[in-house]
Amino acid sequence: MNKTINQKAWFFVIPVFVLVAFNAIIPLMTVVNYAFQETFGNNVFMWEGTRWFKQIMLSERFHASLGRQFLFTFIILFIQIPLGIAIALTMPKEGIGVPVCLVLMSMPLLIPWNVVGAMWNIFALPDIGFLGHSLNALGFDYNFTQQIGDAWFTTILMDVWHWTSLVVLLSYAGLQSIQPAYYQAAEIDGASRWAVFTKIELPKMKKVLTIAILLRFMDSFMIYTEPFVLTGGGPGNATAFLSIDLVKMALGQFDLGPAAAMSLIYFFIVLLVCWVFYTLMMRNEGNQ
Amino acid sequence: MSLELKNVEKKIGLDTHIYTTDLKLEKNTINILLGPTLSGKTTLMQIMAGLDKPSMGEIWFNDKNVTGMKVQKRNVSMVYQQFINYPNFTVYENIASPLKITGVSSDETKQRVGKVAELLKLSGMLNKKPNELSGGQQQRTALARALVKDSDLILLDEPLANLDFKLREELREELPRLFEDRDCIVVYATTEPSEALLLGGNTATLQEGKVIQYGKTLDVYNKPNSLLSAQVFSDPPMNITKIKKVGDSCSFLDNSVNWKSKINIKDGEYKVGIRPHNITTYKEGNNSLEIKGKVLISELSGSESLIHFTKGDLSWVSLSNGIFQKNVGDEMNLYMNADEFIYFDENERLVTNG
Repeated sequence: MNKTINQKAWFFVIPVFVLVAFNAIIPLMTVVNYAFQETFGNNVFMWEGTRWFKQIMLSERFHASLGRQFLFTFIILFIQIPLGIAIALTMPKEGIGVPVCLVLMSMPLLIPWNVVGAMWNIFALPDIGFLGHSLNALGFDYNFTQQIGDAWFTTILMDVWHWTSLVVLLSYAGLQSIQPAYYQAAEIDGASRWAVFTKIELPKMKKVLTIAILLRFMDSFMIYTEPFVLTGGGPGNATAFLSIDLVKMALGQFDLGPAAAMSLIYFFIVLLVCWVFYTLMMRNEGNQ
Repeated sequence: MSLELKNVEKKIGLDTHIYTTDLKLEKNTINILLGPTLSGKTTLMQIMAGLDKPSMGEIWFNDKNVTGMKVQKRNVSMVYQQFINYPNFTVYENIASPLKITGVSSDETKQRVGKVAELLKLSGMLNKKPNELSGGQQQRTALARALVKDSDLILLDEPLANLDFKLREELREELPRLFEDRDCIVVYATTEPSEALLLGGNTATLQEGKVIQYGKTLDVYNKPNSLLSAQVFSDPPMNITKIKKVGDSCSFLDNSVNWKSKINIKDGEYKVGIRPHNITTYKEGNNSLEIKGKVLISELSGSESLIHFTKGDLSWVSLSNGIFQKNVGDEMNLYMNADEFIYFDENERLVTNG
């Protein structure tokens, strides 16, 4: 086919370039700029090469916050994915219960992050919060501002409360798309409830679950606002996940170079994990 | 072996899905449930299988009351309009799945799966997963799953409806052979009269939850007990007009067409049903009536021509062999074979089929 040359097409392409440049490329390049140089303000820069990268990669502080980050993400995935599927399985499939359940499930998702943090902070306060006070009244020595275990417990509980609904909604959509004939066919075969779940429901939900895991991985790996408001990263550095640590370094200590290097490394880790995960899932898909 | 529905009725809330039905299906027969969508075919099948309970009445199998018995205990298999297979199983595992649950030995499973796979031309793809197959092959797998079990009752709910034209034709031709020499009762639901004629056996015509007529397929086709049954068993739709008979002369009510008839019925007014293929662009039979019509649409289907036309206040459909292309609004002559008219009384019951 012959293509006609029409330079007017640029009018349609350029706005996109400009938009992407301003909201993605230019800010990212600024970070790259800081990552390779040292500055003391006044627009004076000195070339540092890969020094900040080496420093970050070798720093124990980074290793510790990266470790905490992975631990947190794995724990919440491990709880939220099975819990979300389980809740979706028990939700009604038709009738008035459907909209009621869907609205109830969506509620936590509609609350802004900092509000979630503030809510749970007040809720969990050992002296006046309902959760904190009740736990103490029941004889548990609970204080999330003082004890590391309690801080983790509260942060994870908050995240499960806030985000399990997303997994529920996605799983529910996957379940609803399974035609009733599948269940009938299984009934005729005499398949057990467990067999129906593993042989029909899980394989049919695979795609939405892939998306659910990816979304929950990324969101939890980049979590900032909620733990910042709830614990502020404490006690000590016990709940200082990657982004909290990064902000401390960049704005608290004003170590712009190392902070920029750290955010690039952070960015590549997220990208890499998502890519590996996605490729593995899609390759499995191809084999079937 | 026989399956009997005794006074079966199905209501959901205030809606009646199946009106009181008595039906006896015999051993080694293919029974076609023919009716438009929402006529109750699927509901009736689910009641037969035991997937659904009737609100009233009983189901008897081999002179044993099986009403309310669980489907797993009934040795039935079912094929659906959608291609239902276990997504993570290979074709082999899918076909073998009903045997595995009943605990058939692995040697016997292998042999039986192999046999059914060959019958359905699936031998080359036993190691593939369903989503690597075409729609036709997926449905073949589902059919194989239903056949491998040696069920007493095989139910097929519009199994060809989701296939494209060519695959449908192909599989449709193989179907009668699949059920040969099988010790079972086959029930086959379809909306298409041509499928019923091709499969033969017995046909029950259904309309809005009522079984209108049940009998040998050709009998139901040739001697519909009512206008409704004739309409269900006609595609394209049957032409219906009113006629008057006085002595041996018959005429359309508007007197536009007159003919002599030796037909042995009382004088009076009748409704006649004329199948589209009995109105043609050429003369056919000894008793051919000429009518004038105005073309509404003319369409070709394979080597046949469908011409929709108006005559008087009514619109008609004719089906002729060969290619005839007409322009909209053309006046043309068409010929009706009066020997093939089906006569109904004012209550739309059959009087005679000519």
